[in-house]
Amino acid sequence: MSTPTKNRRYAGFLGAFLLVALLLAGGASYLASSSPDGLDAVTQSGCEAVETEGGEQLQGECIAQNAGEHATAGSPFADYAVGGNEALTGLAGVVGVIATLAVAGGLFWLLRRRSGP
Amino acid sequence: MTTELVAMHMSDGIVNAPVSLAFGLVALVGLAICVARARRDLDDRTAPLAGLVAAFVFAVQMLNFPVLPGVSGHLLGGALTAILVGPYVGALCVAIVLVLQALLFADGGLSALGTNITNMALIGTFVGFAVAVAMRPLARRSRAGLILTAFVAAWVNTVVASLGFVLEYALGGQGLALGTVFGLMAGFHALIGIGEGIITALTVGAVAAVRPDLVYLLRGERAGLTIKETTPR
Repeated sequence: MSTPTKNRRYAGFLGAFLLVALLLAGGASYLASSSPDGLDAVTQSGCEAVETEGGEQLQGECIAQNAGEHATAGSPFADYAVGGNEALTGLAGVVGVIATLAVAGGLFWLLRRRSGP
Repeated sequence: MTTELVAMHMSDGIVNAPVSLAFGLVALVGLAICVARARRDLDDRTAPLAGLVAAFVFAVQMLNFPVLPGVSGHLLGGALTAILVGPYVGALCVAIVLVLQALLFADGGLSALGTNITNMALIGTFVGFAVAVAMRPLARRSRAGLILTAFVAAWVNTVVASLGFVLEYALGGQGLALGTVFGLMAGFHALIGIGEGIITALTVGAVAAVRPDLVYLLRGERAGLTIKETTPR
């Protein structure tokens, strides 16, 4: 059913899809808004972010004050930076795209219905 | 203690431990059903595509777009994945993205994974898919119809997923009046949903332009056309 030409064209389509994802995570991510997203804006409503020696802190009364320090805050890619360096967000994004492709692609490949040889 | 300000998803402690645990169980059961049902939708051709769709959602979730002064939004991806690879595989795509974001990027609390997966991977994906299926006749009629379907499904998936948070907050959160949380969440996400709709419409439209056969929502299209052609008028 599937000819080599068809397979090559499908591989080309998948490659283009991957390239777009890598460009978005590796490049366009620098243009992303740094404002809190809708959920964070709600949980931070009533508080003010204040720059302190220990980093940004929330002052006032808001839902986000119930939030704990993140359990994986020590990860080298925490906050989409690399070792705390936010100038490397694009690299963190590329790592994330490849990791997601590996985990999701691997799981889906294992789950797939096997076609006979 | 410093408070994380760049995270995109619900952090630990926003809803209390019993409610987090309960939604952790909801997420586990939901994902187990998705794993069981996803097999039917995955084969040698669609499995690599589904992996790429997940990677694409990860990439686009990094792209926060402004919706109001001081408020941004980002793709959730439920309708996008459901339209391209089906709701079961789609929910798994979004869930994998959320798990990796929490583990590698400290985005979204570990104890909040259940609530985040319930809202974005399960509610968002299945509600988005339900809307898309309801609009499928329109989506099959023309490219414009498909793009409109993708937009509407994505807008609804964003707003309804945000209401999942309101439910969890009502059950186990504190700090702000429930009515205020509802109003702000629904209002912000009605705006974010426009961005989600545009991104979903562009992505689905682009895939359909080159490979309409790969769009899950349109499967069976050719069979449908064949029947039409042979029906005497």
